[in-house]
Amino acid sequence: MRREIYRFDRYFYFFLKGVAICLPLLLIGIGGFLLNASLPSIHQFGFDFLGTKIWDPARDNYGILAFVFGTLISSLIAILIAAPLSIFTALFLTEVASRRLQKSASFIIEMLAAIPSVVYGLWGIYVLAPFLRVYVEPFLGKTLGFLPLFQGPSYGVGMLAAGIILSIMIIPTITAVTKEVFLSIPNSYREAAMALGATRWEVIKMAVIKTGSAGILGAVILGLGRALGETMAVTMVIGNRSDISISLFAPGQSMSSVIANEYSEATSSLHISALLEIGLVLFLITFFINSLARVFVWRASLRGSTR
Amino acid sequence: MSSLSEQMEHTFRLRNLKSYCMLAMIVLAFVVSALPLFAVFAHIIKLGFSALNFDFFTKLPAPVGESGGGLANALLGTAILVGIASVIGIPWGVSIGIYLSEYGKSKTASVVRFCVDMLVSIPSIVVGLFIYELIVIPMKGFSANAGGVALSILMIPTIARTTEEILKLIPAHVREAGLGLGIPRWKVTLFIIVRGSLMPISTGVILAISRVAGETAPLLFTALSSRFWFDGFNKPIASLSVQIFNYAISPFEDWQSQAWGGALLLVLFVFVVNLSVRILLLRTNTSKGKQI
Amino acid sequence: MRPLLDVQNLSAWFGKQQALKNISLGVNPNSVTAIIGPSGCGKSTFIRCLNRLHEEIAGAFLQGNAWLEEENILSAQVDPVSLRRKIGMVFQRPNPFPSMSIYDNVASGLTLSGIKRKSVLNEVVEKNLKLAALWDEVKDKLSQAGSSLSGGQQQRLCIARALAIGPKVLLMDEPTSALDPISTAKIEELINELKQEVTIVIVTHNMQQAARISDKTAFFLLGDLVEFAPTSELFTSPKDERTERYITGRFG
Repeated sequence: MRREIYRFDRYFYFFLKGVAICLPLLLIGIGGFLLNASLPSIHQFGFDFLGTKIWDPARDNYGILAFVFGTLISSLIAILIAAPLSIFTALFLTEVASRRLQKSASFIIEMLAAIPSVVYGLWGIYVLAPFLRVYVEPFLGKTLGFLPLFQGPSYGVGMLAAGIILSIMIIPTITAVTKEVFLSIPNSYREAAMALGATRWEVIKMAVIKTGSAGILGAVILGLGRALGETMAVTMVIGNRSDISISLFAPGQSMSSVIANEYSEATSSLHISALLEIGLVLFLITFFINSLARVFVWRASLRGSTR
Repeated sequence: MSSLSEQMEHTFRLRNLKSYCMLAMIVLAFVVSALPLFAVFAHIIKLGFSALNFDFFTKLPAPVGESGGGLANALLGTAILVGIASVIGIPWGVSIGIYLSEYGKSKTASVVRFCVDMLVSIPSIVVGLFIYELIVIPMKGFSANAGGVALSILMIPTIARTTEEILKLIPAHVREAGLGLGIPRWKVTLFIIVRGSLMPISTGVILAISRVAGETAPLLFTALSSRFWFDGFNKPIASLSVQIFNYAISPFEDWQSQAWGGALLLVLFVFVVNLSVRILLLRTNTSKGKQI
Repeated sequence: MRPLLDVQNLSAWFGKQQALKNISLGVNPNSVTAIIGPSGCGKSTFIRCLNRLHEEIAGAFLQGNAWLEEENILSAQVDPVSLRRKIGMVFQRPNPFPSMSIYDNVASGLTLSGIKRKSVLNEVVEKNLKLAALWDEVKDKLSQAGSSLSGGQQQRLCIARALAIGPKVLLMDEPTSALDPISTAKIEELINELKQEVTIVIVTHNMQQAARISDKTAFFLLGDLVEFAPTSELFTSPKDERTERYITGRFG
């Protein structure tokens, strides 16, 4: 009788475990399917696929260097803007704001993450890009125009617009993780710094930023991972031109945007295969970046919990 | 030693000044970070409100070049896609969450947890490509099913993660109390642990739904889009987000205006869901606090 | 003898709850003053008022005067940040900064003040690690992380860190409560020697410890200072009935 009752426990466990194990299989499946589907392209182009910038569907000749460049540069701009803003915003939320303000301020930042990518794209096309074209880019050209980064005509849409949109989208990610890292730092470090006669900023620097540095790095890498894979908003504001240009004002193309733009219209099987290989590369890069971030964040939380 | 303390006194003013400057920077950083939210809200309300009329909610899109029409099919389409995703994603995600919190110490569990983390941050367009290969090509066509499955893959890890975190908050003695009474583990788990947390779990689920409702990239080449009403689960289907995208990059002002209208609806939906979930959670938390 | 630190009518609150009620107490220079009492009696709050850490807690505030030499350290004109260089503190749990080396931990108070000269720092680090009786154990591994040391060593490192800025008064908040008996004995020995350098106010939950190391003892109960007397007097012939009951273990 007793064994009858408890037998279901085993079934229950095996059911849950079975359902859960589907998840690793799913991840392997995603990698496997993408690899399998990109084999024709891999066979045809080998490593040249990554190393050339000619992307010519008319002649079935594919190289993604320009898109890799576009993805990296736009993400880099995003990180350069978002990382300092997010770290400071997290400091505001955990160290500066009063408890009442903290809640509503956190909500505002979380809402940034809740706005769909396509809405950011829409806003980017019709509000941000014209603003950049009319005000920001001419200004940058005038003041910093001696740098090749800020030369050339202002289009509005382009690398800079993509970077800025991405930065807005990853600020909530980096802020949220950094905030968790800061909250996990025991108060005793803050008090130790205070007792040494540290000013408020010095307390933050000594006890919070330094102690949480591994976690901050993890958060920034996580933000980078998100920026690299972001599609819709980037597709809508990056300008969609497959070329490499030093100027941040110039339009470009990212790995994800080329997939979004060309997939439904691709006709030749090699074209489709090449697009899938971009997906595979994107998958591998983000997988690597996110595992890296996980290591850092995990280490930081470990340090916080052992003290 | 006295020279040292003199030196300290000397730098003191400078340090205080620096501290105030940095604190001001911290406040400023928050303001700058929050600014886009208000900018996006303001523009969406300004440009989107005028597009929302009776036709918008009831009519099909107008043919190219004609003005008027609405996004009724896209609204319905998004509801159907999210419905399919929920049917697959909610039970699956919650089950994984239960597994991770109740049997989470094994090696298998840590592998699964790692996969959850990876899937949470996988680019959604990659999921679209995967479903294209997995479903669209074998079934020889874009379909509502394919779109729904793609969205479900995005839902599962978020739901699994929030469920795990919520269930972990329940102290061990609650489980032990149940087990100590001789109640089988599966009953303890389902009827004590999960039922007791039904409220926060469902808020997590609702948040996940609101997130996938705005997803666009994985739908582009799975559900595709459609100018007509829902026509069966194995046919392409319109969705609000894809329609916003198509209209946004179109040259027609009328469509652009409808894109703003759609964006307003989407953002309003997300905002209301987030706000009500927060208020709901706050209320249950405080009432629990009073009981104890 | 005129007290180095003269506390007059100190009261402290957490929000609406009063934690200290009108405390007056004088601390003699180069002495050890122990604060004892049951937990929740306000003894930690008392010393946290003296370096103004109390008011860093949201909703907490205080009232009263405390004279350190000629300066009223509780007045609004005194900047708590500069005050804390005159009144150092060691905490209940050892808390060396985890991202800093042993050397950097000791030097941290000085580098904050913009003192960067290596020769000065070297001298200060060595002197204070010797004062804290830690030098011989760590002199070959100064660049290792402070958190790599044992608990007792970490606490002595924190003492060295607090001493390095040259405070006049050192506050200790149950510094041995997280340590094993051997480390505790070492710290007690250290406190005895440090008296020559600095005036110490120590909070302890352990009456034997107070009896072993202190010159004067204050007994706190529910935010009141019940009795303040030379240690031997307080433990042998307490004047107040509540003190007697506490030290004989009849409540608390």
